[in-house]
Amino acid sequence: MKQQPEAFHPNSTAALADPVLRSNFRGAMDFLRSKRRTAFAVDDAEGGDFDALSRRGEAIKQRCLQQLPALLEQLEQNCTRNGIQVHWAETPAQANQIIESLIRARSGKHAVKGKSMVTEEIGLNDYLDDRGVRCIESDMGEFIVQLAGETPSHIIMPAIHKDAGQIASLFEKTLEDTPYTEDVDRLIGIGRQQLRERFQHADVGITGVNFAVAETGTLCLVENEGNGRMCTTIPPLHIAVTGIEKVVAQLSDVPPLLSLLTRSATGQKITTYFNMISSPRKPGEQDGPEEVHLVLLDNGRSQAFADEELRKTLQCIRCGACMNHCPVYTRIGGHAYGTTYPGPIGKIVSPHLLGLDATKDLPTASSLCGACEEVCPVRIPIPKLLQRLRVESSHAGTAEEKVKGAGSGRKPLEALVWRIWSWACRHPAIYHRGASLAAHGRKLFKFLPSRWKTQRTMPQPAKITLHTALKNRQRRSASPCPQEKIY
Amino acid sequence: MAEAIRIYPPKPDRVYLFGTCLVDSFSPQTGLDAIALLKYLGIEAAFPHAQTCCGQPAYNSGYDREARAVARSQMDLFPEPWPIVILSGSCGGMMRKHYPALFDQASEVVAFTERVFEFTEFLRHVVQPTLTDQGDPTRVTLHTSCAGRRELGIHEHGLALLGQLQQVHLVPHDYQEECCGFGGTFSVKHANISAAMAEDKTRNLLGAGVDEFVSTDWGCMLNLNTTLEYAQQPLRGRHLISFLAERIGVSEADRQPGATQVLAEAAG
Ligand code: SF4
Repeated sequence: MKQQPEAFHPNSTAALADPVLRSNFRGAMDFLRSKRRTAFAVDDAEGGDFDALSRRGEAIKQRCLQQLPALLEQLEQNCTRNGIQVHWAETPAQANQIIESLIRARSGKHAVKGKSMVTEEIGLNDYLDDRGVRCIESDMGEFIVQLAGETPSHIIMPAIHKDAGQIASLFEKTLEDTPYTEDVDRLIGIGRQQLRERFQHADVGITGVNFAVAETGTLCLVENEGNGRMCTTIPPLHIAVTGIEKVVAQLSDVPPLLSLLTRSATGQKITTYFNMISSPRKPGEQDGPEEVHLVLLDNGRSQAFADEELRKTLQCIRCGACMNHCPVYTRIGGHAYGTTYPGPIGKIVSPHLLGLDATKDLPTASSLCGACEEVCPVRIPIPKLLQRLRVESSHAGTAEEKVKGAGSGRKPLEALVWRIWSWACRHPAIYHRGASLAAHGRKLFKFLPSRWKTQRTMPQPAKITLHTALKNRQRRSASPCPQEKIY
Repeated sequence: MAEAIRIYPPKPDRVYLFGTCLVDSFSPQTGLDAIALLKYLGIEAAFPHAQTCCGQPAYNSGYDREARAVARSQMDLFPEPWPIVILSGSCGGMMRKHYPALFDQASEVVAFTERVFEFTEFLRHVVQPTLTDQGDPTRVTLHTSCAGRRELGIHEHGLALLGQLQQVHLVPHDYQEECCGFGGTFSVKHANISAAMAEDKTRNLLGAGVDEFVSTDWGCMLNLNTTLEYAQQPLRGRHLISFLAERIGVSEADRQPGATQVLAEAAG
């Protein structure tokens, strides 16, 4: 599926009309929510106090972001010293070109990839495919999504929109000699078998990065299936790609963030694998790639960085908890967003990556219920940032542009309505006259054209307003009060 | 996010009432019941007639300048140092949490917001009444608004007050903490998503098998009641204040719009 945040309205309408999708997501989100709840249970001595832990996580990320430019330089120096070659990419196109040239230099043909959202962000698979390099996803969820010709619908659980039956049919149809089975263990076995062969033939391994440690030049990779370790040890060339916000200052910053990440994402205290990559294979070592490269991608992140409030967007550690708890995401699923990152984080990060012109429907698609902020392990004030992006989107383009595409969501009629509304609210006589008129004409309300009415009746004003009721009350009162407003 | 600890003043003789625009137009009874309930508890309510709206609709829609102008005009209407009691968690959230942000944390704005209390919060922590239930046994569920729950952390107060009523059986409903889908202009801009959320919420309310549901936010209630009406379900929600007033026997006469009031002399 192509990225098309512009089609959010039709996409979400279609998703809402799909009962299988609705029930798959409801079930999956309920499961993930309960796992997270257990992981942060107060009576669990190790999980414990989510509030204290998340404050710590927030403080670490904010400290690191504050020194972002310096940390990135330090990271580059230390990686280089360790033998990891560092590349900078401002745009997805640059990142793709860098990766392609690295593969070409070794005449690579077969790439295996660990789960990485940033390579989805730059559209790496298609880019390489067009140039004769086949890139196979090695994370089971990603593998399924790739077989189906789709994109991930969740940042942690890419194939969460599919149930066992759908995966069984997909395997039966696309993999040779594969009988239909809904037995989950067998399905995983089939996938594993497929992947094992591909690992053996791969000449390039591509992964993301969860934390890049500036102090030591170490790349940390969190995973459960062991495929990340395969990608980073078997092929002779390992290319890690990451957004610039993933850098942390020191090794001691990692454990608290890791603990928050795994608990928030899958409810695990720790994942099965935690890889720390600090250099290519050294002389005498048994395994490991001959070359390791790190591609640092900006793609709009420095725009978010430049504004102190919007910078908080970059605190994200990509745990997915905000989407799991989002009532909108739960109902429409990840594909409806038409962006790499769906859900609440997608709504605040995508405008920086793609511009507000393409994504202006996303910040408005939230009831601002605050569930995302409540569960975010690094305390990103997502509702506040959504509101800020709404302001950026509706402002006439006079002020200096903070966000690419600012002002593109402004509709002249809407702007006029709010101007009049604001004026009326500041002129009580006018406002109350309007409210009374509405009360008198309340029967007409149900005839108003409005999208509200698809599954609701139109609310009708009461016969008289509270103001009128209280004013009447005074008039009938036996002893009128000198201060008319006290009741 | 909800604030951790708040220092509450002693019970005052007089408060300001902020009715909110939705109560004004859609449920004046809520305002009348609030005044009657306060009177019953020995507190006079001052109702500045020039009040209109807290400014939230424009603010949430990204029209911050328009919202700021409205907020400014409202703040001028409450000059005395009395507490300002608000009949909605979401307007309370706007005033307490967003007014300071709108005005760059200006100290007089912060001082104003310190005087803002959502009604159930004010009852529970400032008035601290002992409620005696006068009604028949009934089964009720509380829908907490998201602003009330997450911005102000007031959902506990409604539960605590209801919990004092002997004959009221409080029933939880599934996905209690999940949004009803209102969200102001969200319910018009993304009407289909909003309606799906409202549909799920009403299904859960109906599933609780209650006689009625109460809420502290008229936005949620408009959304849920019109969804229930569309689905031709008899269940309806009303404001927690009206429910409380009725249960503890606040005089019927005091709750009528045309009631003759004993009006107090104003001090200020
Ligand atoms: S915004 Fe917060 S909750 Fe959402 S993915 Fe990022 S860290 Fe997790």
